[in-house]
Amino acid sequence: MNGVFDLGGTDGLGPVVTQEDEPVFRAEWEKAAFALFATCFRAGLFNVDMFRHGIEQMDPAEYLLSNYYEHWVHTAEHFGAKAGVIDLAELDERTRFYLENPDAPLPGRTDPELLAFVDAAVMGGAPAARESDKAAAFQVGDIVTVNADSPAGHTRRARYVRGRTGEITGAHGTFIYPDSAGNSGPDAPEHVYTVRFTATELWGSDTADPHGVVYFDVWEPYLTLSENRGAA
Amino acid sequence: MAPTDTRLRSQEEITARVKALEALLIEKGIMTTEAVDRLADIYENEVGPQLGAKVVAKAWTDPAFKSRLLDNATAACAELGIGGLQGEDMVVVENTGEVHNVIVCTLCSCYPWPVLGLPPNWYKAPAYRARIVREPRKVLAEDFGFPVPGDVEIRVWDSSSELRYWVLPTRPAGTEGLSVEQLEALVTRDSMIGVGPAAAPAA
Repeated sequence: MNGVFDLGGTDGLGPVVTQEDEPVFRAEWEKAAFALFATCFRAGLFNVDMFRHGIEQMDPAEYLLSNYYEHWVHTAEHFGAKAGVIDLAELDERTRFYLENPDAPLPGRTDPELLAFVDAAVMGGAPAARESDKAAAFQVGDIVTVNADSPAGHTRRARYVRGRTGEITGAHGTFIYPDSAGNSGPDAPEHVYTVRFTATELWGSDTADPHGVVYFDVWEPYLTLSENRGAA
Repeated sequence: MAPTDTRLRSQEEITARVKALEALLIEKGIMTTEAVDRLADIYENEVGPQLGAKVVAKAWTDPAFKSRLLDNATAACAELGIGGLQGEDMVVVENTGEVHNVIVCTLCSCYPWPVLGLPPNWYKAPAYRARIVREPRKVLAEDFGFPVPGDVEIRVWDSSSELRYWVLPTRPAGTEGLSVEQLEALVTRDSMIGVGPAAAPAA
């Protein structure tokens, strides 16, 4: 989908605002919002690509103006409601309750298996690489062009690289394909490549940094071969 | 205003909303407050840029390790017991006198958690994600006070797949006699993102 989250090259957003000694979590609610990802993932509400797509479907003005972890709250609500786990009317009602009773406690529950999952997931990770019999269609050195059309649903084919031509500098094997998994489809693994674009190719010679390049990772279906220059 | 107030919702409103969601998910058997506390503790106290600094200092002092790091960062970090969520497939890119690297995620907020911890808010905010791919030299100079000479190539790595890029900064001058531990202290988070240099040694 074409949305405001796809920010590369957008003008007019002002300076980068940094903060010295910013805490990891700026408020208690950010901790709970952060924990939504791991716990709701374990409960099967979404995979990481669906999680991102839920954020992408936020109201665009709200996306730009809200706190980062509010994005996570939004996608957890979205998929919680979709799965029938969260009733949004009940959530509104409970929100009013906690607004009026900010010190009211949370329900008590312990779950040692969830704690063990948290530790195992953080230390062990959740790899996105997937085995596949598919042969790679491209190789390092090939000159490729990113398909320029506008896909519906989730994709990682950012607008600023669509229609642009670059050189493959890395071939990484097969990974979950977000254009499938992010739209609630199967993993459908595809080859991943790194493509090097000159700044001039992306932005034009009037504004591009003459000594600038951008490396962008793509899945094989995003690409069309422009020039076979690979090593073989 | 509290740091997390926005033009949309007050701190009180966000707090109540998240508490309500948390309560419902606890009742559904999906969350616990213990899991929230454990995750916060991990990223506040255990996993952060001090781990990336260890990797960098070792690479500065051990050429064979540096070679392995640049060849397969995930495997090299695993030698030091470093790895995990959002670092399953890491790639380290090396700064030199001719090349400066900087990382971003223009589409969301991808970041190598096992070596850098959770990203700072500016990394996840629209301005950085929008501008660093288009005018990196200007952003580095004006927003980060880190001018990169015009003849040095700037390579921006947009983390659009599940590969997680991060930067091996240049070793500061005058650090020949320092121990690995002293070198670690010079490695900043920003230097591993590519928006700043490693710190200079105390005179």
